[in-house]
Amino acid sequence: MGAAWIPLALSLKVALWATAINLVLGVAVAFGLSRWRSPARDVVDAVLTLPLVLPPTVLGYYLLVLLGRRGRVGAWLHELGVDLVFTWQGAVIAATLVAFPLVHKAARAAFEAVDPQLESAARVLGLREAAVFFRVSLPLAARGITAGVLLAFARALGEFGATLMIAGNLPGRTQTLSVAIYTAVQAGDDRSAALMVAVTSVTCVAVLLLAGRLAPDPVRRMRP
Amino acid sequence: MTVDVALRTTLCADERRFTLDVALRSDHRRIVLFGPSGAGKSLTLRAMAGLIVPEAGHVRVDGRTLFDAGTRVNLPPRQRGLAYVFQDYALFPHLTVAQNIGFGLRGGWLNPSRRGRDARVERWLAAFELAGVADSYPARISGGQRQRVALARALATEPKGLLLDEPFAALDPALRGRMRDELLAMQARLDLQLIVITHDPADVTALEGDTFELCEGRVVGRSRPSSRSWDHGAFPGQRPMAE
Repeated sequence: MGAAWIPLALSLKVALWATAINLVLGVAVAFGLSRWRSPARDVVDAVLTLPLVLPPTVLGYYLLVLLGRRGRVGAWLHELGVDLVFTWQGAVIAATLVAFPLVHKAARAAFEAVDPQLESAARVLGLREAAVFFRVSLPLAARGITAGVLLAFARALGEFGATLMIAGNLPGRTQTLSVAIYTAVQAGDDRSAALMVAVTSVTCVAVLLLAGRLAPDPVRRMRP
Repeated sequence: MTVDVALRTTLCADERRFTLDVALRSDHRRIVLFGPSGAGKSLTLRAMAGLIVPEAGHVRVDGRTLFDAGTRVNLPPRQRGLAYVFQDYALFPHLTVAQNIGFGLRGGWLNPSRRGRDARVERWLAAFELAGVADSYPARISGGQRQRVALARALATEPKGLLLDEPFAALDPALRGRMRDELLAMQARLDLQLIVITHDPADVTALEGDTFELCEGRVVGRSRPSSRSWDHGAFPGQRPMAE
Protein backbone atom coordinates (compact mmCIF):
# COMPACT_ATOMS: atom_id res chain seq x y z
CA MET A 1 0.00 0.00 0.00
CA GLY A 2 2.66 2.49 1.03
CA ALA A 3 4.46 1.90 -2.24
CA ALA A 4 1.67 3.73 -4.11
CA TRP A 5 2.58 7.08 -2.58
CA ILE A 6 6.07 7.18 -4.04
CA PRO A 7 4.95 7.20 -7.70
CA LEU A 8 2.12 9.59 -6.76
CA ALA A 9 4.56 12.05 -5.22
CA LEU A 10 6.84 11.75 -8.25
CA SER A 11 3.91 12.28 -10.63
CA LEU A 12 2.86 15.39 -8.72
CA LYS A 13 6.40 16.74 -8.78
CA VAL A 14 6.74 16.13 -12.53
CA ALA A 15 3.29 17.55 -13.30
CA LEU A 16 3.86 20.66 -11.17
CA TRP A 17 7.19 21.40 -12.83
CA ALA A 18 5.72 20.80 -16.29
CA THR A 19 2.78 23.08 -15.48
CA ALA A 20 5.01 25.85 -14.15
CA ILE A 21 7.17 25.74 -17.30
CA ASN A 22 4.08 25.68 -19.53
CA LEU A 23 2.54 28.61 -17.68
CA VAL A 24 5.48 30.85 -18.60
CA LEU A 25 6.23 29.35 -22.01
CA GLY A 26 2.63 28.86 -23.15
CA VAL A 27 1.56 32.36 -22.15
CA ALA A 28 4.61 34.00 -23.72
CA VAL A 29 4.24 32.11 -27.02
CA ALA A 30 0.46 32.64 -27.12
CA PHE A 31 0.79 36.38 -26.54
CA GLY A 32 3.53 36.64 -29.17
CA LEU A 33 1.47 34.71 -31.73
CA SER A 34 -1.72 36.63 -31.01
CA ARG A 35 0.09 39.88 -31.97
CA TRP A 36 2.06 38.50 -34.89
CA ARG A 37 0.70 39.27 -38.34
CA SER A 38 2.32 36.89 -40.80
CA PRO A 39 1.29 34.03 -43.10
CA ALA A 40 3.85 31.86 -41.26
CA ARG A 41 1.74 32.15 -38.12
CA ASP A 42 -0.58 29.28 -39.08
CA VAL A 43 2.39 27.00 -39.76
CA VAL A 44 3.97 27.79 -36.39
CA ASP A 45 0.59 27.28 -34.74
CA ALA A 46 0.17 23.87 -36.41
CA VAL A 47 3.64 22.73 -35.29
CA LEU A 48 2.94 23.87 -31.73
CA THR A 49 -0.34 21.93 -31.73
CA LEU A 50 1.28 18.72 -33.00
CA PRO A 51 1.82 17.18 -29.52
CA LEU A 52 -1.97 17.13 -29.13
CA VAL A 53 -2.45 14.75 -32.08
CA LEU A 54 0.84 12.86 -32.40
CA PRO A 55 1.06 9.51 -30.57
CA PRO A 56 3.04 10.07 -27.33
CA THR A 57 5.45 7.32 -28.40
CA VAL A 58 6.34 9.33 -31.49
CA LEU A 59 7.05 12.35 -29.28
CA GLY A 60 9.09 10.12 -26.97
CA TYR A 61 11.08 8.91 -29.95
CA TYR A 62 11.79 12.48 -31.10
CA LEU A 63 12.91 13.35 -27.58
CA LEU A 64 15.22 10.33 -27.39
CA VAL A 65 16.79 11.18 -30.74
CA LEU A 66 17.23 14.80 -29.70
CA LEU A 67 18.20 14.44 -26.05
CA GLY A 68 19.96 11.05 -26.02
CA ARG A 69 23.73 11.11 -25.70
CA ARG A 70 24.10 10.63 -29.43
CA GLY A 71 21.58 13.38 -30.21
CA ARG A 72 22.63 16.93 -31.09
CA VAL A 73 21.28 18.58 -27.97
CA GLY A 74 21.91 15.54 -25.77
CA ALA A 75 25.63 15.38 -26.66
CA TRP A 76 26.01 19.09 -25.94
CA LEU A 77 24.16 18.76 -22.63
CA HIS A 78 26.32 15.73 -21.72
CA GLU A 79 29.43 17.90 -22.16
CA LEU A 80 27.91 20.25 -19.61
CA GLY A 81 27.29 17.32 -17.29
CA VAL A 82 23.52 17.17 -17.80
CA ASP A 83 21.84 13.89 -18.69
CA LEU A 84 18.09 13.91 -19.24
CA VAL A 85 17.42 10.35 -20.40
CA PHE A 86 16.25 8.08 -17.56
CA THR A 87 15.87 10.97 -15.10
CA TRP A 88 12.80 12.64 -13.60
CA GLN A 89 13.85 15.84 -15.37
CA GLY A 90 13.43 13.92 -18.64
CA ALA A 91 9.90 13.04 -17.51
CA VAL A 92 9.27 16.76 -16.90
CA ILE A 93 10.29 17.54 -20.49
CA ALA A 94 7.98 14.84 -21.86
CA ALA A 95 5.06 16.04 -19.71
CA THR A 96 5.72 19.69 -20.65
CA LEU A 97 5.70 18.87 -24.34
CA VAL A 98 2.44 16.91 -24.39
CA ALA A 99 0.61 19.47 -22.22
CA PHE A 100 1.94 22.59 -23.98
CA PRO A 101 -0.80 22.88 -26.66
CA LEU A 102 -3.50 22.98 -23.98
CA VAL A 103 -2.03 26.09 -22.34
CA HIS A 104 -1.10 27.64 -25.66
CA LYS A 105 -4.55 27.24 -27.24
CA ALA A 106 -6.41 28.52 -24.18
CA ALA A 107 -4.06 31.47 -23.66
CA ARG A 108 -4.17 32.48 -27.30
CA ALA A 109 -7.98 32.50 -27.39
CA ALA A 110 -7.98 34.51 -24.15
CA PHE A 111 -5.52 37.12 -25.46
CA GLU A 112 -7.41 37.48 -28.74
CA ALA A 113 -10.60 38.15 -26.79
CA VAL A 114 -9.07 41.17 -25.03
CA ASP A 115 -10.44 44.41 -26.50
CA PRO A 116 -7.50 46.12 -28.29
CA GLN A 117 -9.06 49.48 -27.38
CA LEU A 118 -8.26 48.80 -23.71
CA GLU A 119 -4.60 48.28 -24.58
CA SER A 120 -4.64 51.52 -26.59
CA ALA A 121 -6.18 53.31 -23.62
CA ALA A 122 -3.35 52.07 -21.39
CA ARG A 123 -0.73 53.28 -23.88
CA VAL A 124 -2.26 56.75 -24.07
CA LEU A 125 -2.36 56.85 -20.27
CA GLY A 126 1.43 56.59 -20.28
CA LEU A 127 2.25 52.89 -20.04
CA ARG A 128 5.11 51.08 -21.73
CA GLU A 129 4.37 47.88 -23.66
CA ALA A 130 5.50 45.57 -20.84
CA ALA A 131 3.29 47.42 -18.36
CA VAL A 132 0.32 47.21 -20.78
CA PHE A 133 0.82 43.43 -20.82
CA PHE A 134 1.01 42.98 -17.05
CA ARG A 135 -1.69 45.50 -16.12
CA VAL A 136 -4.28 45.04 -18.88
CA SER A 137 -3.79 42.10 -21.28
CA LEU A 138 -2.73 39.48 -18.72
CA PRO A 139 -5.38 40.20 -16.03
CA LEU A 140 -8.14 40.22 -18.66
CA ALA A 141 -6.93 36.91 -20.12
CA ALA A 142 -6.26 35.34 -16.70
CA ARG A 143 -9.42 33.23 -16.49
CA GLY A 144 -8.92 31.58 -19.87
CA ILE A 145 -5.26 30.97 -19.13
CA THR A 146 -6.04 29.41 -15.73
CA ALA A 147 -8.49 26.99 -17.32
CA GLY A 148 -5.86 25.95 -19.87
CA VAL A 149 -3.22 25.55 -17.18
CA LEU A 150 -5.47 23.28 -15.10
CA LEU A 151 -6.15 21.06 -18.13
CA ALA A 152 -2.42 20.96 -18.82
CA PHE A 153 -1.78 19.89 -15.23
CA ALA A 154 -4.23 16.99 -15.57
CA ARG A 155 -2.68 16.00 -18.88
CA ALA A 156 0.85 16.13 -17.43
CA LEU A 157 -0.23 14.08 -14.43
CA GLY A 158 -1.46 11.26 -16.66
CA GLU A 159 1.38 11.30 -19.19
CA PHE A 160 2.52 7.77 -20.06
CA GLY A 161 3.96 7.05 -23.51
CA ALA A 162 6.55 9.76 -23.99
CA THR A 163 7.55 9.54 -20.32
CA LEU A 164 8.17 5.81 -20.55
CA MET A 165 10.39 6.28 -23.60
CA ILE A 166 12.55 9.12 -22.33
CA ALA A 167 12.54 8.55 -18.55
CA GLY A 168 12.02 4.81 -18.39
CA ASN A 169 10.50 2.87 -15.53
CA LEU A 170 12.90 3.08 -12.60
CA PRO A 171 10.95 2.56 -9.33
CA GLY A 172 11.41 5.51 -6.98
CA ARG A 173 13.29 7.56 -9.58
CA THR A 174 11.33 7.84 -12.82
CA GLN A 175 8.35 5.57 -12.21
CA THR A 176 5.40 7.94 -12.33
CA LEU A 177 1.85 7.00 -11.37
CA SER A 178 0.63 5.95 -14.81
CA VAL A 179 3.80 3.94 -15.44
CA ALA A 180 3.50 2.33 -11.99
CA ILE A 181 -0.12 1.32 -12.74
CA TYR A 182 1.01 -0.39 -15.92
CA THR A 183 3.80 -2.18 -14.05
CA ALA A 184 1.47 -3.24 -11.22
CA VAL A 185 -1.09 -4.67 -13.66
CA GLN A 186 1.64 -6.53 -15.53
CA ALA A 187 2.87 -7.98 -12.21
CA GLY A 188 -0.68 -9.01 -11.18
CA ASP A 189 -0.66 -6.61 -8.19
CA ASP A 190 -4.33 -5.61 -8.53
CA ARG A 191 -4.61 -3.97 -5.08
CA SER A 192 -1.87 -1.41 -5.83
CA ALA A 193 -3.18 -0.86 -9.34
CA ALA A 194 -6.74 -0.23 -8.11
CA LEU A 195 -5.58 2.25 -5.46
CA MET A 196 -3.44 4.20 -7.92
CA VAL A 197 -6.19 4.20 -10.54
CA ALA A 198 -8.64 5.57 -7.96
CA VAL A 199 -6.22 8.33 -6.88
CA THR A 200 -5.54 9.33 -10.50
CA SER A 201 -9.23 9.36 -11.43
CA VAL A 202 -10.27 11.47 -8.45
CA THR A 203 -7.47 13.98 -9.04
CA CYS A 204 -8.34 14.34 -12.74
CA VAL A 205 -12.07 14.75 -12.09
CA ALA A 206 -11.35 17.44 -9.48
CA VAL A 207 -9.07 19.33 -11.87
CA LEU A 208 -11.61 19.11 -14.71
CA LEU A 209 -14.40 20.40 -12.47
CA LEU A 210 -12.22 23.33 -11.47
CA ALA A 211 -11.28 24.03 -15.09
CA GLY A 212 -14.93 23.82 -16.15
CA ARG A 213 -15.88 26.44 -13.60
CA LEU A 214 -13.24 28.80 -14.92
CA ALA A 215 -13.25 28.17 -18.66
CA PRO A 216 -16.51 29.56 -20.06
CA ASP A 217 -17.16 33.03 -18.84
CA PRO A 218 -20.67 33.91 -19.98
CA VAL A 219 -21.73 36.30 -17.24
CA ARG A 220 -18.69 38.31 -16.52
CA ARG A 221 -18.97 40.27 -13.34
CA MET A 222 -16.83 42.95 -14.96
CA ARG A 223 -18.39 43.31 -18.40
CA PRO A 224 -20.84 46.16 -18.85
CA MET B 1 -1.67 76.65 -28.45
CA THR B 2 -1.31 75.77 -32.10
CA VAL B 3 -2.39 72.43 -33.42
CA ASP B 4 -0.95 71.63 -36.82
CA VAL B 5 -1.83 68.31 -38.39
CA ALA B 6 -1.24 66.99 -41.89
CA LEU B 7 -1.76 63.30 -42.47
CA ARG B 8 -1.96 60.87 -45.31
CA THR B 9 -2.45 57.17 -44.93
CA THR B 10 -4.24 54.39 -46.76
CA LEU B 11 -6.02 51.50 -45.13
CA CYS B 12 -6.98 48.33 -46.93
CA ALA B 13 -9.43 45.82 -45.56
CA ASP B 14 -11.11 43.13 -47.70
CA GLU B 15 -11.17 44.86 -51.08
CA ARG B 16 -12.03 48.20 -49.47
CA ARG B 17 -9.52 51.00 -49.67
CA PHE B 18 -9.80 54.09 -47.56
CA THR B 19 -7.47 57.02 -48.00
CA LEU B 20 -7.19 59.59 -45.26
CA ASP B 21 -5.69 62.84 -46.48
CA VAL B 22 -6.34 65.72 -44.11
CA ALA B 23 -4.63 68.95 -43.17
CA LEU B 24 -5.78 71.19 -40.38
CA ARG B 25 -4.18 74.00 -38.48
CA SER B 26 -5.77 76.05 -35.77
CA ASP B 27 -4.96 78.28 -32.80
CA HIS B 28 -8.39 77.82 -31.27
CA ARG B 29 -8.67 76.12 -27.87
CA ARG B 30 -11.55 74.00 -29.10
CA ILE B 31 -11.18 72.18 -32.37
CA VAL B 32 -14.13 70.18 -33.63
CA LEU B 33 -13.94 67.47 -36.28
CA PHE B 34 -17.41 67.12 -37.74
CA GLY B 35 -18.69 64.65 -40.30
CA PRO B 36 -20.56 61.42 -40.95
CA SER B 37 -19.25 58.10 -39.70
CA GLY B 38 -16.56 56.69 -41.94
CA ALA B 39 -15.20 60.16 -42.72
CA GLY B 40 -11.86 59.47 -41.05
CA LYS B 41 -12.39 61.48 -37.86
CA SER B 42 -11.39 58.73 -35.46
CA LEU B 43 -8.45 57.75 -37.64
CA THR B 44 -7.20 61.36 -37.50
CA LEU B 45 -7.50 61.38 -33.73
CA ARG B 46 -5.76 58.02 -33.36
CA ALA B 47 -2.89 59.23 -35.52
CA MET B 48 -2.54 62.35 -33.37
CA ALA B 49 -2.39 60.19 -30.22
CA GLY B 50 0.21 57.91 -31.79
CA LEU B 51 -1.99 54.81 -31.88
CA ILE B 52 -1.47 54.42 -35.62
CA VAL B 53 1.47 55.49 -37.77
CA PRO B 54 0.46 57.42 -40.90
CA GLU B 55 2.43 57.04 -44.14
CA ALA B 56 3.12 60.74 -44.54
CA GLY B 57 2.62 64.06 -42.82
CA HIS B 58 3.24 65.56 -39.42
CA VAL B 59 1.58 66.28 -36.09
CA ARG B 60 2.69 69.35 -34.17
CA VAL B 61 1.12 70.57 -30.96
CA ASP B 62 2.20 73.82 -29.36
CA GLY B 63 5.35 73.92 -31.50
CA ARG B 64 6.40 70.43 -30.45
CA THR B 65 6.74 67.81 -33.17
CA LEU B 66 5.01 64.60 -32.14
CA PHE B 67 5.21 62.95 -35.52
CA ASP B 68 6.99 63.76 -38.75
CA ALA B 69 7.28 61.20 -41.51
CA GLY B 70 9.98 63.31 -43.23
CA THR B 71 12.39 63.45 -40.31
CA ARG B 72 11.25 60.08 -38.88
CA VAL B 73 10.05 61.52 -35.62
CA ASN B 74 7.40 59.34 -34.02
CA LEU B 75 6.92 59.78 -30.29
CA PRO B 76 5.16 56.89 -28.53
CA PRO B 77 1.69 57.71 -27.15
CA ARG B 78 3.01 58.03 -23.58
CA GLN B 79 5.31 60.93 -24.54
CA ARG B 80 2.78 62.98 -26.49
CA GLY B 81 1.08 64.72 -23.57
CA LEU B 82 -2.33 64.04 -25.09
CA ALA B 83 -5.13 62.23 -23.34
CA TYR B 84 -7.79 60.29 -25.19
CA VAL B 85 -11.41 59.64 -24.28
CA PHE B 86 -12.64 56.75 -26.41
CA GLN B 87 -16.13 56.59 -27.85
CA ASP B 88 -17.11 53.63 -25.66
CA TYR B 89 -14.87 55.02 -22.89
CA ALA B 90 -12.61 51.92 -22.80
CA LEU B 91 -12.74 51.70 -19.01
CA PHE B 92 -10.75 48.81 -17.58
CA PRO B 93 -13.41 46.26 -16.60
CA HIS B 94 -11.14 44.51 -14.08
CA LEU B 95 -10.47 47.69 -12.09
CA THR B 96 -12.69 49.77 -9.84
CA VAL B 97 -13.63 53.37 -10.61
CA ALA B 98 -10.88 54.64 -8.28
CA GLN B 99 -8.31 52.28 -9.80
CA ASN B 100 -9.32 53.39 -13.30
CA ILE B 101 -8.82 57.04 -12.39
CA GLY B 102 -5.47 56.30 -10.75
CA PHE B 103 -4.31 54.12 -13.66
CA GLY B 104 -2.15 56.70 -15.43
CA LEU B 105 -0.72 58.11 -12.19
CA ARG B 106 1.32 55.00 -11.70
CA GLY B 107 4.08 53.67 -13.97
CA GLY B 108 5.47 50.19 -13.56
CA TRP B 109 3.93 46.76 -13.85
CA LEU B 110 1.35 46.91 -11.06
CA ASN B 111 -2.11 48.43 -11.10
CA PRO B 112 -3.04 50.90 -8.36
CA SER B 113 -4.12 49.06 -5.25
CA ARG B 114 -7.76 48.81 -4.28
CA ARG B 115 -7.11 50.35 -0.90
CA GLY B 116 -4.88 53.29 -0.03
CA ARG B 117 -5.88 55.80 -2.69
CA ASP B 118 -3.71 58.57 -4.05
CA ALA B 119 -4.77 62.06 -2.89
CA ARG B 120 -5.07 63.10 -6.54
CA VAL B 121 -7.55 60.27 -7.16
CA GLU B 122 -9.62 61.49 -4.22
CA ARG B 123 -9.67 64.98 -5.71
CA TRP B 124 -10.88 63.74 -9.10
CA LEU B 125 -13.50 61.51 -7.47
CA ALA B 126 -14.83 64.55 -5.64
CA ALA B 127 -14.63 66.85 -8.66
CA PHE B 128 -16.72 64.51 -10.81
CA GLU B 129 -19.11 63.43 -8.03
CA LEU B 130 -17.89 59.85 -8.20
CA ALA B 131 -16.96 59.31 -4.54
CA GLY B 132 -20.08 57.17 -4.01
CA VAL B 133 -19.10 54.67 -6.71
CA ALA B 134 -15.31 54.75 -6.12
CA ASP B 135 -15.17 51.03 -5.31
CA SER B 136 -17.65 49.90 -7.98
CA TYR B 137 -16.67 48.22 -11.22
CA PRO B 138 -17.45 50.04 -14.49
CA ALA B 139 -20.14 47.49 -15.36
CA ARG B 140 -22.11 48.56 -12.29
CA ILE B 141 -22.35 52.30 -12.90
CA SER B 142 -24.52 54.46 -15.19
CA GLY B 143 -23.57 55.76 -18.61
CA GLY B 144 -23.07 59.30 -17.37
CA GLN B 145 -20.87 58.06 -14.54
CA ARG B 146 -18.83 56.00 -16.98
CA GLN B 147 -18.17 59.05 -19.07
CA ARG B 148 -17.08 61.03 -16.03
CA VAL B 149 -14.71 58.21 -15.04
CA ALA B 150 -13.22 58.25 -18.54
CA LEU B 151 -12.77 62.04 -18.33
CA ALA B 152 -11.28 61.91 -14.84
CA ARG B 153 -8.92 59.09 -15.83
CA ALA B 154 -7.72 61.11 -18.85
CA LEU B 155 -7.37 64.38 -16.95
CA ALA B 156 -5.58 62.85 -13.95
CA THR B 157 -2.45 62.48 -16.09
CA GLU B 158 -2.44 66.29 -16.55
CA PRO B 159 -2.36 66.30 -20.35
CA LYS B 160 -1.76 69.36 -22.53
CA GLY B 161 -4.60 68.38 -24.78
CA LEU B 162 -7.66 66.18 -24.58
CA LEU B 163 -8.89 64.19 -27.57
CA LEU B 164 -12.55 63.18 -27.34
CA ASP B 165 -14.11 60.70 -29.74
CA GLU B 166 -17.89 61.24 -29.95
CA PRO B 167 -18.05 62.02 -26.22
CA PHE B 168 -21.82 62.51 -26.13
CA ALA B 169 -23.03 59.89 -28.60
CA ALA B 170 -23.64 57.18 -26.00
CA LEU B 171 -25.65 59.44 -23.66
CA ASP B 172 -29.38 60.06 -23.68
CA PRO B 173 -30.42 63.55 -24.89
CA ALA B 174 -31.12 64.98 -21.43
CA LEU B 175 -27.70 63.98 -20.14
CA ARG B 176 -26.00 65.10 -23.36
CA GLY B 177 -26.66 68.78 -22.75
CA ARG B 178 -25.49 68.58 -19.17
CA MET B 179 -22.26 66.79 -20.07
CA ARG B 180 -21.54 69.40 -22.79
CA ASP B 181 -21.84 72.15 -20.19
CA GLU B 182 -19.67 70.18 -17.78
CA LEU B 183 -16.99 69.74 -20.42
CA LEU B 184 -16.94 73.45 -21.26
CA ALA B 185 -16.84 74.43 -17.58
CA MET B 186 -13.98 72.02 -17.01
CA GLN B 187 -12.03 73.43 -19.93
CA ALA B 188 -12.44 76.94 -18.55
CA ARG B 189 -11.01 75.78 -15.22
CA LEU B 190 -8.11 73.74 -16.53
CA ASP B 191 -6.87 75.73 -19.54
CA LEU B 192 -6.82 72.70 -21.78
CA GLN B 193 -6.72 72.20 -25.53
CA LEU B 194 -9.77 70.22 -26.68
CA ILE B 195 -10.12 68.30 -29.91
CA VAL B 196 -13.60 66.84 -30.22
CA ILE B 197 -15.09 64.49 -32.80
CA THR B 198 -18.80 64.59 -33.46
CA HIS B 199 -21.41 63.76 -36.08
CA ASP B 200 -24.08 65.78 -34.27
CA PRO B 201 -24.70 69.35 -35.51
CA ALA B 202 -26.05 70.22 -32.03
CA ASP B 203 -22.59 69.51 -30.59
CA VAL B 204 -21.00 71.79 -33.18
CA THR B 205 -23.31 74.64 -32.19
CA ALA B 206 -22.87 74.11 -28.46
CA LEU B 207 -19.10 73.73 -28.48
CA GLU B 208 -18.47 76.93 -30.52
CA GLY B 209 -15.10 75.66 -31.68
CA ASP B 210 -13.03 75.92 -34.82
CA THR B 211 -14.86 73.29 -36.82
CA PHE B 212 -13.43 71.21 -39.63
CA GLU B 213 -15.85 69.18 -41.68
CA LEU B 214 -14.56 65.82 -42.85
CA CYS B 215 -15.96 63.61 -45.56
CA GLU B 216 -14.49 60.47 -47.11
CA GLY B 217 -11.08 61.08 -45.65
CA ARG B 218 -10.79 64.76 -46.60
CA VAL B 219 -11.44 68.14 -45.06
CA VAL B 220 -14.30 69.64 -47.03
CA GLY B 221 -15.24 72.68 -44.99
CA ARG B 222 -14.33 74.89 -42.09
CA SER B 223 -16.35 77.11 -39.82
CA ARG B 224 -14.59 79.50 -37.45
CA PRO B 225 -16.49 80.43 -34.31
CA SER B 226 -16.44 84.14 -35.20
CA SER B 227 -17.81 83.79 -38.71
CA ARG B 228 -20.76 81.49 -37.90
CA SER B 229 -20.86 80.31 -41.47
CA TRP B 230 -19.36 77.47 -43.42
CA ASP B 231 -16.49 78.18 -45.77
CA HIS B 232 -16.13 75.64 -48.51
CA GLY B 233 -14.26 77.92 -50.89
CA ALA B 234 -10.86 76.85 -49.67
CA PHE B 235 -11.61 73.25 -50.53
CA PRO B 236 -12.37 73.22 -54.27
CA GLY B 237 -13.76 70.14 -55.86
CA GLN B 238 -15.36 68.85 -52.67
CA ARG B 239 -19.05 68.84 -52.07
CA PRO B 240 -20.09 69.77 -48.55
CA MET B 241 -22.11 67.18 -46.70
CA ALA B 242 -24.02 69.45 -44.37
CA GLU B 243 -24.65 73.14 -43.96
